[in-house]
Amino acid sequence: MTAPVIIFFVLAALAVLASVSLILQRHPIHSALSLIVVMVALAGLYLLMGAEFVAAVQIIVYGGAVMVLFVFVIMLLNAGDEERTNFSKLATFGGIPLALALGGIIAAAIVRSSGHLPPPAASGAMSSTKQLSMLLFSEFVYPFELTSFLILVAILGAIVLAQREN
Amino acid sequence: MVPTNYYLILSAVLFGLGVLAFVFKRNIITIFMAIELMLNAVNLAFVAFGQALGKSDGGVFVLFVIVVAAAEAAVGLGIIILTARNRRSLNVERVDLLKL
Amino acid sequence: MSEFLAKYAFLIIPIIKVVILVFAVLTIDAYLTWLERKVIAHIQARWGPHRVGPHGLLQPLADGIKFILKEDPMPSGVDKIGYFLAPFLTLTLAITSLSVIPFGPDIKAFGYVTNFGIADVNVSLLVLFAITALGVYGVALAGWASNNKYSLLGGLRSSAQMISYELALTLSVVGVLLIAGDLSLKHIVEHQDNGSLGLLGWNLFGFAKDGEGFTQIIGFICFFIAAIAETNRVPFDLPEAESELVAGFHTEYASMKFAMFFIGEYTSMIAVSCLATILFFGGWLSPFPASWTLTHYLPSVILIPFGLWVIFDGIRYETIFGRILLPGVGTVLTAMGAALFLSPAANDLIQGPFWFFAKVFVFLFFYIWMRGTLPRFRYDQLMDFGWKILLPVSIANVVLTSAFLLWRMH
Repeated sequence: MTAPVIIFFVLAALAVLASVSLILQRHPIHSALSLIVVMVALAGLYLLMGAEFVAAVQIIVYGGAVMVLFVFVIMLLNAGDEERTNFSKLATFGGIPLALALGGIIAAAIVRSSGHLPPPAASGAMSSTKQLSMLLFSEFVYPFELTSFLILVAILGAIVLAQREN
Repeated sequence: MVPTNYYLILSAVLFGLGVLAFVFKRNIITIFMAIELMLNAVNLAFVAFGQALGKSDGGVFVLFVIVVAAAEAAVGLGIIILTARNRRSLNVERVDLLKL
Repeated sequence: MSEFLAKYAFLIIPIIKVVILVFAVLTIDAYLTWLERKVIAHIQARWGPHRVGPHGLLQPLADGIKFILKEDPMPSGVDKIGYFLAPFLTLTLAITSLSVIPFGPDIKAFGYVTNFGIADVNVSLLVLFAITALGVYGVALAGWASNNKYSLLGGLRSSAQMISYELALTLSVVGVLLIAGDLSLKHIVEHQDNGSLGLLGWNLFGFAKDGEGFTQIIGFICFFIAAIAETNRVPFDLPEAESELVAGFHTEYASMKFAMFFIGEYTSMIAVSCLATILFFGGWLSPFPASWTLTHYLPSVILIPFGLWVIFDGIRYETIFGRILLPGVGTVLTAMGAALFLSPAANDLIQGPFWFFAKVFVFLFFYIWMRGTLPRFRYDQLMDFGWKILLPVSIANVVLTSAFLLWRMH
């Protein structure tokens, strides 16, 4: 039980507990807070894997912008506690076994194929920021420019959608 | 070093929990958050594979997924705001007919 | 015993540093409130606190005792998780952001080299921005969880303001990153160390090593303005001003929780000032060139006359308590100055942090000076300024810097 494995289990347990809390909470704002905890735990895992830039971007963009948007919308729409209707109870009985089956099948497939993976490389080899940015601007420059266009379209769409009708 | 399997199994578990939340919950915004959870699980798998192969491609893909998720969140939440204004409720069971 | 210490030194030394840092930061916060009240009072032609202790120096202590003993009411109908989480989040994030800041060059003591900050991460600038990004939640949650319309409006306005100015903050720093080529704060400071030019090597003036620098004055102005907006200080403090919206997002908070918001705001002010000195003003580097060795005695040259002045002022002070305390403090300061003058090892150790804290103090004084002088922005003027003026100017700075560096490369 070396130190990285212990840290992995702590962060993984945090992520799984926060996801379970997302399901079990009644008010959407508490679910949003649980999701933020999941994202921070995942950022910690990225850091453990040596991808520091990705970890920082995850917190800044995902945790600091996207989730703030969710929190704002929940506050503005004054979302209240969830209702428990008949249909949602049916979904509980049908849904839990199916979702567990899905997770189980994927996990079994991973474990079965674990012999074919290359062993993990040394921690610093992956995303030194320089290496990542070289790749981003040479091999992946076309998707990069496309995403900037995508963001522009999203901004325009959001503005048009959220306008008041007058 | 942590074996890559551990990360992949965690990614599968988070994805399954995301599907569970998607099926379970009745509030539109919470369902949207379950989608974000699934995207995060996939990001973890990308980075784990990238580290296993020793290249930075995993990180680059994660950046693209994060950007697309952000754009999707913006537009999706705009749609949710409009739907909530029209139906006056955030419960998906009220939004399942084409007519108001 | 010593093998145990040597094996776990990587854990024990940061813990010691953390304890020292937390105590130091909380004390500096407390005396920053004293300084603010005194400076604003003198700007407004009145005395600030001057009864509690000589020159009002024990006022922060009295405020602390008041906060501890006051009743901490919790309004009905608040969302308990959000109400309790928000001040904790603000305070924790503000203090955590100080963990990646290097206060001086590496310490070499007892054969052990250690970083002068707590954590030496090679993406420390990004960590600081991540913590700033998460700071929005403290404000938004506080506004919403208090069951109060004014808090909600104040919280939403304040968090929208913080998000808008975060963009300008991040972009104004990109020029510095292009020059230094590294995200680590320590390397950014070391890059500004142009041995013979001293002051001019700082990123503000841009004559860094190997001529690879460009003046970052536009970047500094954008950064400082965006930082004031991030920390919700005058002239951007509409969401928490006293004459608007009751008190904004911290209306329903009293006593200890309010103190946590308060301390969080001052600590983030300190963090942002530290960041400004590191990025644009050379961090712990002295403004004098390294060849002027007499300037090494500057810390002691400042402390000794200051201590003597405090002694003289204390001897003729009005109250008896002041007549005892002030000369005591003055004697301690003079002794410290003399010790620094006489012992070269301590003097070398103190050089870096002395310049760092002197520059941070200048920035904090500037913050307080602005609070006493400027009126505040209206909310729509504020948002206009952030998006329509500050953001394009930051982008223009990036373009200008990269064009210059590209021209330099050919």
